[in-house]
Amino acid sequence: MSTPFYVSPQQAMADRAEYARKGIARGRSLVVLQYADGIVFVGENPSRALHKFSEIYDRIGFAAAGKYNEYENLRIGGVRYADLRGYTYDRDDVTARGLANVYAQTLGTIFSSAGEKPYEVELVVAEVGTEPAGDQIYRLPHDGSIVDEHGSVAVGGNAEQISSFLDQRHRDGMSLAEALKLAVQALSRDTNGTEREIPAERLEVAVLDRTRPQQRKFKRIVGRQLVRLLEADDAARAKTDEPSDEAPETEE
Amino acid sequence: MEANFDRTGRLPAAFLTPGSSSFIDFLGQHSPDLLPGNRRLPEGIVEAPHGTTIVAATFPGGVVLAGDRRATMGNMIAQRDIEKVFPADEYSAVGIAGTAGLAVEMVKLFQLELEHFEKVEGATLSLEGKANRLSTMIRGNLGMAMQGLAVVPLFAGWDEGREKGRIFSYDVTGGRSEEHGYAATGSGSIFARGSMKKLYRGDLTEEQATTLVVQALYDAADDDSATGGPDLARRIFPIVTVITEEGFRRLTEDESSALARSVTERRLEQPDGPRAALL
Repeated sequence: MSTPFYVSPQQAMADRAEYARKGIARGRSLVVLQYADGIVFVGENPSRALHKFSEIYDRIGFAAAGKYNEYENLRIGGVRYADLRGYTYDRDDVTARGLANVYAQTLGTIFSSAGEKPYEVELVVAEVGTEPAGDQIYRLPHDGSIVDEHGSVAVGGNAEQISSFLDQRHRDGMSLAEALKLAVQALSRDTNGTEREIPAERLEVAVLDRTRPQQRKFKRIVGRQLVRLLEADDAARAKTDEPSDEAPETEE
Repeated sequence: MEANFDRTGRLPAAFLTPGSSSFIDFLGQHSPDLLPGNRRLPEGIVEAPHGTTIVAATFPGGVVLAGDRRATMGNMIAQRDIEKVFPADEYSAVGIAGTAGLAVEMVKLFQLELEHFEKVEGATLSLEGKANRLSTMIRGNLGMAMQGLAVVPLFAGWDEGREKGRIFSYDVTGGRSEEHGYAATGSGSIFARGSMKKLYRGDLTEEQATTLVVQALYDAADDDSATGGPDLARRIFPIVTVITEEGFRRLTEDESSALARSVTERRLEQPDGPRAALL
């Protein structure tokens, strides 16, 4: 067996992280925001069939940026994990925290095992509570860490800029239309600060709605309902005095 | 049990292997001991509570599925208010006669199977697909059925493709047959079927269809000791569910009590119920 060149562990990990980050950055960003009645997922996705957001369980939703086959695998793994747990114990015993832990372990092990290619994905696992205070949002970067997020979170290519934009404008108790509008605004900002228009057909939107009477709170918002929500806020905006959009430009 | 994680705590390979959208298949691979069909059976006959009568009837625009509330064990009433009719998913329901414990477990697994498929595939199964899935599950229970622990369901749902309500009945071996108009299963089914035979028409409204199934359950309870009639004293009434284009709906306590009361009241005058024309 030939002796491989020595590469310091720091360098090896840095290379792997770099590789994963680049992969994730190629994908479009998506955002997850809390609003008064739940949690909304918004992303730009030209496909109607290949989803970035999905239902994991009654109150748990999943969002992913990065490489499709990898996050699809993790998504199905999550659905199996949740269904098995709910079947073995009870539906109430399936939690976002438990799922996030399993994902973190999985991503972490893959990231640090030299024989495997690191996953180029960044996940968000969100659980809607019966009250806004019970909402949980976890962000799971490629390396197996978990970040407990509040209010708003962005993952994918332009995530840092988008999250700082959201952090400044997101407030608790927003209506769905307001939150949706804010999310679309955040997503339409390009790296260089210019804005572009994202038409409703290219948006993928889903909510975990705590007011939904069904046990399963996850719902996709599509078609006319989406257009109506986007327009509803335009009308409301004309009346109220919202902070101007240009203000935080300097920070970006 | 649970997830059987290896030392790393990561999801085992079985969780991340693409392919099957079936929860039962996954369970069979990962924890076969959790599947009802894989248990070793003790020798001899097991005594356990049995659920009794389930009836269903279609009407233009949907289908109703209803069940009485009694579970019996031999000549004893094991439970007065058991629930034997469940939503399978948003557009279908399943009612089960037979061994109550196994039936409830089977329904739980069936519901999960449909939900799991929906989540993984992002689309719902066709009504035929759901009916076949249930067939497979009953077949898996044949060993237990041979020991007296049979589970015999009635499956009803809204077929989106054909835009009508449909009923499927099963035998203990999993044999599945579509029923047209009305169907019944369980110990009181003979009487319920006879009752519906005389009362059923193809042009029932939703309200008439719900009345029809309550009449049939009343007749079943009238002649079969294992079927429970409406219990006015304890306020225990049949479970009546309706599945239409709008989805699954279970009649509220008030609705089903009003229905059962009106049927019971008429029976005070005519104990044998409405009379069909002779010719």
